[in-house]
Amino acid sequence: MIPFLLGSCSSDSEFLDREPSNILTQDQAFGSPDIVLSVLANLYNRYYDFGTVEDWSSLAQFNVAFWSEAGRYGYFQNGGYGYGDWGTWDYGYIREMNLFLERLELSEALDPADKARFAAEGRFLRASYYFTMVKRMGGVPLILESETYDFSGDATYLQHPRETESALYDFVISEADAILADLPSDVNTKSRASKGAVLAMKARAALYAGSIARYGASTPQVSLPGGEVGIPASRAEGYYTTALSAAQSIINGEVGNYSLYEKKPELSENFASIFYDKSNNPEAIFVEDYKLQSGKVHGFTIANQPRFGAEEEEGGRINPALSLVQSFETLDGEYAPLPIEDGSGNPIYYDTPEGVFANRDARLMGTVIVPGSSFKGREVDIFAGIQLADGTVISGDSRGQQKDVMGTDMKVVGFDGPIDGLEFTAQTGFYIRKYQDPKAGSGQRGTQSDVWFIRYRYAEVLLNAAEAAYELGQPAVAAGYLNQVRGRAGITTDLAAADITFDRIVHERFVELAFEGLHFFDLKRWRIAHEVLDGTPMDAATITDNIGDATKRLTQPFGLWPYKYYNPGGANDGTYIYKIVKPNRVTGADRFQFGNYYSEIGAGILNNNPLIVRNPNQ
Amino acid sequence: MKISNYICLFAVALLFASCEIDNYEEPESFFTGQIVYNGEPIEVGAREVRFQLFQPGFGNLGPLDMHLDLDGSFSGRFFDGDYKLKFINGQGPFKAYEVNEQQGDTIFISLRGNTEMDIEVLPYYMLSNESFSTGATAVDASANFEQIITDADARNIDFARLYLNDTEQVSNNGDYHMVWTDMTVGTGTLSGSTGIPDDYNKPYIFARIGVKIAGVEDMLFSPVQKLDL
Repeated sequence: MIPFLLGSCSSDSEFLDREPSNILTQDQAFGSPDIVLSVLANLYNRYYDFGTVEDWSSLAQFNVAFWSEAGRYGYFQNGGYGYGDWGTWDYGYIREMNLFLERLELSEALDPADKARFAAEGRFLRASYYFTMVKRMGGVPLILESETYDFSGDATYLQHPRETESALYDFVISEADAILADLPSDVNTKSRASKGAVLAMKARAALYAGSIARYGASTPQVSLPGGEVGIPASRAEGYYTTALSAAQSIINGEVGNYSLYEKKPELSENFASIFYDKSNNPEAIFVEDYKLQSGKVHGFTIANQPRFGAEEEEGGRINPALSLVQSFETLDGEYAPLPIEDGSGNPIYYDTPEGVFANRDARLMGTVIVPGSSFKGREVDIFAGIQLADGTVISGDSRGQQKDVMGTDMKVVGFDGPIDGLEFTAQTGFYIRKYQDPKAGSGQRGTQSDVWFIRYRYAEVLLNAAEAAYELGQPAVAAGYLNQVRGRAGITTDLAAADITFDRIVHERFVELAFEGLHFFDLKRWRIAHEVLDGTPMDAATITDNIGDATKRLTQPFGLWPYKYYNPGGANDGTYIYKIVKPNRVTGADRFQFGNYYSEIGAGILNNNPLIVRNPNQ
Repeated sequence: MKISNYICLFAVALLFASCEIDNYEEPESFFTGQIVYNGEPIEVGAREVRFQLFQPGFGNLGPLDMHLDLDGSFSGRFFDGDYKLKFINGQGPFKAYEVNEQQGDTIFISLRGNTEMDIEVLPYYMLSNESFSTGATAVDASANFEQIITDADARNIDFARLYLNDTEQVSNNGDYHMVWTDMTVGTGTLSGSTGIPDDYNKPYIFARIGVKIAGVEDMLFSPVQKLDL
């Protein structure tokens, strides 16, 4: 046996010496455009989104919605956020993008035009990730080539200090300028980088940098002496100018015919369609795309479909908060609380559950499923209970429960709730509509949804241009851009130059871009997060005050519950009344601390690299 | 000897063998004290204010966090050694004294056995003469305040609040209070009254005055007062 063991390996050693069949060599990978595209697809796939349809909760943070899922109530029961929250430090991703660019450069087999486009896409992704990092961490080390450890035992040459915050923004802007010429000017290139995407990124980055420069002065605590956090106020003007001109390049059609999506006559449906209509959509500029039966699908509709008639035994997770719902203006362009009481405090009776939402900005119904509206042809069944004429409220604790009311057996709570603490019911009285896929099967786990996630869209470009113009002292220009967005939402009264204020800019972004993952960075760059999220509980009496105020408190999500009024033979029988409620699972009030403005850099990173300075207030 | 005996012996040997080599001694020295101004403790919010200890020389640069208790006290157990104590800029309703120009506000401490040390800092304000009284439905409170930092760094009071809670942890953040109301800020005096919740049924309640200083995140507090109802 022993000779057998010893003998077997020597003669056929070449048997083991084989070309691997599952690994491509560098020459192979960079030898054909198809394979380069596959490599690039991997890098695209790792793009960092703050909010994404793949994780429903990421889109509905900061009390713009309540989360109707039993395991998530804790989010509304704590007092704030950890310093490390939202941090990102993926230098592995950066290294692979650097390697991609270096290896692509060495390739000789590719057509020069293809090669230039691939390189531009790689640089776009790298700039996008540095933009993501600077938004969350402040200035970070800027590594633009792959580095290799020499195993000498001394790694200090791999340690790099943080750049200033403005240097990172300058990098994003200059990369955008450098790669613009190599990318296609094509409205239908949406899931890969295009000229439109690059300019949209540039406009957004410059706008963010400009507002940090201007509004950072109000929070001197949120800065570092080395400039790793904080941008000098003197640079605001320049950044805003850059943002405005980049946005105007898109608006003026220099990079393709982008425009607002206005295909459908019904304005709310039109607004909702922006997010699911993928054919010839002129508004989407850069998206994360999905495809049914390809494996790249997501379950946003499963998680959020109205619970009544859902295609699975779940749904209804994102429940938009009253603070968001009431922020949508009337069609005359007025801020107004939802009319639930008359001047003397008596309830107003509505014949239909959606009556209270009549004559509102069309984006309300396009963003939120309100009581009485429909999804996939089925009307949602949202009412919290039966109110009798003597003020008694009869409600139930299971969906669609029947009870005896004054001798008649009737349903006392809707199949969609709201029922406090019962997951998947509309605990604020609302469901989300944005991103919900109206196709049959989108709510089934076996099919899922291929609705895309829009990262840059034309309306945001308009709002970015408006904000930059306002900050540059051109309110008439700003009003023009805002009016385009508002007109699309059915608001009949145009804004004049004199109407443009900081609060107006903040408000328009809040309602237009709700649930798109941008609200958080708006709060941060204007340095108003610690005022909006000040840790003070809210109450029903004051929640309707100061609508449209940029620093209006939003520490807790509230709800608005419809009740059926039962008064057989009497006045107002069968009508609906509304009450402002705080879902009883909401017990904490969120507080955003100065140390939350820039995420904490982990102790492991600080230990490995003594050149890294810590973020302020941590 | 049977083979099974060897196996048993080996197992027993294993039990004894594994514990010795790779374990550290546990930290043995308590480091305790209080944050004070002229010997008076400075009261802060719950789990809000912390400082950091750095121990150079071990390759790890990360700090050890020390949180202050409500009454400004702290307690932690450490290895003997030399540490650098540093307040985080902007943390707490006070400023750290500068030790000297080169050292800044970093305090060098040497821990050899249990160490007790009060740390003097410079608060923006100090509260004094707090008095609390209970009525049938409300708690009334008043206090005096004195501005300590009056130079270029002087800051105004944003607001003062009277917090009530059913445990002795009373603070502005999280769920460390049941109710609060704004107090009237006069010249050097605070006064106010906070209603007790209708459904409150314990025979005692805890009250505390908190002062928010403009531009300072962490509030300054009075000592927690237990009141019998």
